[in-house]
Amino acid sequence: MWVRSTMAYRTSFAIMLAANFATTALDFAAIMIMFSQVDALGGFTLPEVAFLYGTSAVAFGLSDLLLGSAERVGRRVRDGTMDVLLTRPVPVLGQLAADRFALRRLGRILQGSLVLGWAISRLELEWTAGRVALLVSMVVCGTVIFGCVFVVGGAFQFWAQDASEVQNAFTYGGTTLLQYPPTVFGRELVRGVTFVVPLAFVNWLPALRVLGRDDPLGLPDGLDLAAPAVALLCCAVAGAAWRAGLRSYRSTGS
Amino acid sequence: MHLLRLHFAVALSGFRRYATYRVATAAGVFTNTVFGFILAYTFLALWHERPHLGGYDQSQALTFVWTGQALLAAAALMGGGFQDEFQERIRTGDVAIDLYRPVDLQTWWLAADLGRALFQLLGRGVLPLALGSLVFDLALPASPGTWLCFLAAVLLAIVVSFAVRYLFALCGFWLLDATGLGALSGLLSVFFSGMLLPLSVFPGGFGDVARLLPWAAMLQVPADVLLGTHPGGAAAGLAFQTGWAVVLLAGGRLLQAVATRKVVVQGG
Repeated sequence: MWVRSTMAYRTSFAIMLAANFATTALDFAAIMIMFSQVDALGGFTLPEVAFLYGTSAVAFGLSDLLLGSAERVGRRVRDGTMDVLLTRPVPVLGQLAADRFALRRLGRILQGSLVLGWAISRLELEWTAGRVALLVSMVVCGTVIFGCVFVVGGAFQFWAQDASEVQNAFTYGGTTLLQYPPTVFGRELVRGVTFVVPLAFVNWLPALRVLGRDDPLGLPDGLDLAAPAVALLCCAVAGAAWRAGLRSYRSTGS
Repeated sequence: MHLLRLHFAVALSGFRRYATYRVATAAGVFTNTVFGFILAYTFLALWHERPHLGGYDQSQALTFVWTGQALLAAAALMGGGFQDEFQERIRTGDVAIDLYRPVDLQTWWLAADLGRALFQLLGRGVLPLALGSLVFDLALPASPGTWLCFLAAVLLAIVVSFAVRYLFALCGFWLLDATGLGALSGLLSVFFSGMLLPLSVFPGGFGDVARLLPWAAMLQVPADVLLGTHPGGAAAGLAFQTGWAVVLLAGGRLLQAVATRKVVVQGG
């Protein structure tokens, strides 16, 4: 339904899709401008940064397409339309995900894939089965981890009803962070991103193995393969947070 | 005199409307601070490779980052503000009621947006900049004169930003649903204001052109006025902003006159 309703204004949809593509493309343009001035950033070359950028953008784009609407929880609590979802015999989260399902978000996925493809063609890596498997796992687990951040953020909004901006710090902020090499950031920040919000498992840790780089934190060797386990753990946490949020929901007006 | 009082009341209501959402403001401060940190680290890495890139030393580059975060909401660098509401009123036809009012459409929305911007500057501007200055070594000026010039530049940045968004929103009269165009306006503004990267880092002729566009008046110029790095001095920067403000506001008036002649009110 939402797909059809967006299609009603075709010109606007086309501009929206292009704008969505271009917004993320301009992020990458800024990185290219940086590299027009320097040869390496934090010791990483342009194709290597493009690899980080592409994996982060595709994983985030997919989770945004599937679960990005979860950020509307706060608004629904405020205007009382949350009640409508509770009366239907379908899981609330599923309804929220389908709400305003926005195809324009394909723009980000497309742009991220293009950058990723370019990076792979320029990296001169030997694509062994292990590397390919790791790449696929990065996209899948990355999507799951970002999706969990969306769900936890949505659950948080049951309490803080007009704080959807906090979520942006973790979602949009997270994907921006992961587009740059971990060596760029302070060690404390990298630690926080690894252990507190496990965003580092989206691409930093597996990408370091794919690129044959040392881990700046000096973590145990197997940790860069732990993304699937981390993704599962995230699902459990997000599920629990979501149920807790839903339980604490009180309708407006009484 | 009566009109002035009216516009002041509109601006005040714009201020109070945004001041109501305290949790949202705190959330905004948090997000601006997180993005400030991310950008500050990437800038540190960049300026570590190339000291004095774009004519800034390291602490000036960091100051640029945090000025950007301070102005992001106030100057609506990602779009939004009055724009969404105005577009919605054009789409639904409520704009016909606005046109019936004995107040000019453009100055009404400008007053409302100025009120909003003032609150965002105090609520979401001052705190991230202060937090940034605690953690990083910023090149903030000591002279009160420079700060006054900076405040003037910020005010002009907000007016230019309003004038650009007004022009984009008016296109809704022809497109009906202008959300796509609104998004386009936002991304042009993010890129060409210097929000992603200072315009002085942009290479060659592309950089020169970018610095002449109206978006430069929204962040690049105020930041340069604060840092004392505007070519030709602070006065030249303020003149550049004033020039664009006058041209764009006049353009908005013209387009508004054409657009309002297009409105067809059903049943009236």
